[in-house]
Amino acid sequence: MDDFLLYALIGGLGVAAIAGPLGSFVVWRRMAYFGDTLAHSALLGVALGFLLQINLNLAVVASCVLLALLLVTLQRQRFVATDTLLGIMAHSTLSLGLVAIALLDNVRVDLLSYLFGDLLAISSRDLYWIFAGGALVLLLLWRLWDGLLAITINEELAQVEGVPVARLRLTLMLLIAVVIAAAMKIVGILLITSLLIIPAAAARKLSRTPEQMALLAALLGCLAVAGGLAASWYWDTPAGPSVVVTALAEFLLLYSLPLRRLGPNAG
Amino acid sequence: MNTHRHEPLARLTHVDVRFGRNHVIQNISLELHRGCITTLIGPNGAGKTTLVRVVLGLIQPSRGDVWREPGLRIGYMPQKLHIDQTFPLTVERFLRTARNDDPAALEQALADVGASRLLSQSIHGLSGGEMQRVLLARALLQEPNLLVLDEPVQGVDINGQIELYKLIGRIRDQRGCGVLMISHDLHLVMSSTDHVICMNRHVCCSGHPEQVSNDPSFIEMFGIPGAENLALYSHHHNHKHNAHGDVIKHARDNVKAR
Repeated sequence: MDDFLLYALIGGLGVAAIAGPLGSFVVWRRMAYFGDTLAHSALLGVALGFLLQINLNLAVVASCVLLALLLVTLQRQRFVATDTLLGIMAHSTLSLGLVAIALLDNVRVDLLSYLFGDLLAISSRDLYWIFAGGALVLLLLWRLWDGLLAITINEELAQVEGVPVARLRLTLMLLIAVVIAAAMKIVGILLITSLLIIPAAAARKLSRTPEQMALLAALLGCLAVAGGLAASWYWDTPAGPSVVVTALAEFLLLYSLPLRRLGPNAG
Repeated sequence: MNTHRHEPLARLTHVDVRFGRNHVIQNISLELHRGCITTLIGPNGAGKTTLVRVVLGLIQPSRGDVWREPGLRIGYMPQKLHIDQTFPLTVERFLRTARNDDPAALEQALADVGASRLLSQSIHGLSGGEMQRVLLARALLQEPNLLVLDEPVQGVDINGQIELYKLIGRIRDQRGCGVLMISHDLHLVMSSTDHVICMNRHVCCSGHPEQVSNDPSFIEMFGIPGAENLALYSHHHNHKHNAHGDVIKHARDNVKAR
C-alpha cells in the first residue's frame, strides 16, 4: 500500500473514532446545526491562518473555539433565536472566509480541498495533530462522561444534583470544535457534520445504552472511512464524499434490516 | 405525627420573583423542616413551580433571602422528564448518571419505590406511573435531607396517586427527610401532608391541612364543594369534627399568613 493511502486510512480511522462518541452527543442534544456552523467557520480559520502565517490546524481550532464562545454569549440574549443565530453565523463565517481567501493575493488556496476534504493529501504531520487532538478529546470524554450524560438527560436536574452544567456544556462545545478542526482534512468543511451524525444515527438502531451507541458509532465511522477510501481507490471517486456515501449506506442498511437491539448492557 | 425540630432545612424570607414587570411570586416566606411534608397548592399560574425553583437554587429571587442548611442535599423530582428517543437509556443507566452510582444504593432506591423489576428496561417504554417511581428513586439516590417533588403524581391514575402519596409518606418516615411538594389534587394530598401552603402569587393561607381547608381564602379559591370534600375527608380519617377549626390536633403548624 502506498504511504499516502496508509496515512489517509490511519488519519480517517482516528477521526472517525473520536467522531463516534462526540457525534452521539450531537445527535442526543440536537446540535447538528451547531456542528455545521462550527464547520463553516473553519474556513475563516483557514483564511486567518494564511493571513497571520500560523499553523492552519491551530488557526482552525482557534476560530472554532472562538465561535463556540461567541455563540454561548449570544445565546443569553432573547431577541434572536438560536437557530437563526446559527444560520447567520454559519453563512457569514463561510462567506467571510471565502472573501478573505480571495483577498489574499500572495497565496493560492485549493478551495475544493477545504470544502470537500483532501483525505489523500494527509501528511504525517496531520496524523500527529489528529492523534494528539484525538487523545486529548477521548481523555476528557472519559473523565467527564457521566456528567455529560447527566446534562444531556436534563440540565436542571443535573444542576440540582450538583453537576457543573455550564462548564460541561462549554467543554462539550469545545471538544466538538477540536474534532471539527481535525476532521476538516478528511471530509471537508461542508461534510464534517455528516461524519458526526450519520454513524451515530445508524448506531442508535442497535443500542440500548449511551455507551453502546458511542462505541458502535465509532466503529461504523471507521468502517465508513475504510469503505470510502476503498471506493476512492478502485473507482477514483472523491475520497471525502465517498466516506459520507458509505456512512449513508450503513445507515440505510441498518434501518432497513429487521435487527434487534443489543442485549442488556454489562458495562 | 413526627418530632418537630426548630432548625429548618431551608428558609425563604420575603421572596419576590419578577420576570420583567411581571410579579410571579410576591413576599413569600416559608420554612422547610426535617420530617415534615409541606405541600404547595394553588391555581395554575400561581407561581408554585417558580417557588420550588427558588428553593432549588435554579432561579435567584429578585428580592428577599434564601437560606439553606449548609451541606443540604436535595433530591429533586421534576414535573416531567422528557428523554429524547434518540438517547438510548435503560433505567439502570439512567440511575447510574445520578451522583451516587453505588450499585447497592441503586437497587435499594428502586426497591424503596417498588420498581425493582424495571432495572434493565428501556426508559422510553415506561408508563407514567413507572417513570414517576424511577424519578423518585433517582431523587432518593442523592441521599437527600430535602425531597422536592413537582407534581409527583402527574399522569398517574387515581389508585397510583394514592399509592405514590403513601410512598412519599413512608419515605419521609424512614429517612426523616423534609419534603416539599406541589400538588393540585386537593383531597388526596391533604391526608398525607403536615403543612399546606395555599398560594396565588402570594401566600393566601397556610397551616395544618384541616385549618387551611376552613380558611375563607381557601374556600374562595377552590369553592365550597372542594372545602367540604376536604372536611369530610379529614373527618373520615381522624374521627374528629373540625368544621370551624376549633379542634386542632397539631398546634405546631398554626401559622397563618394573609
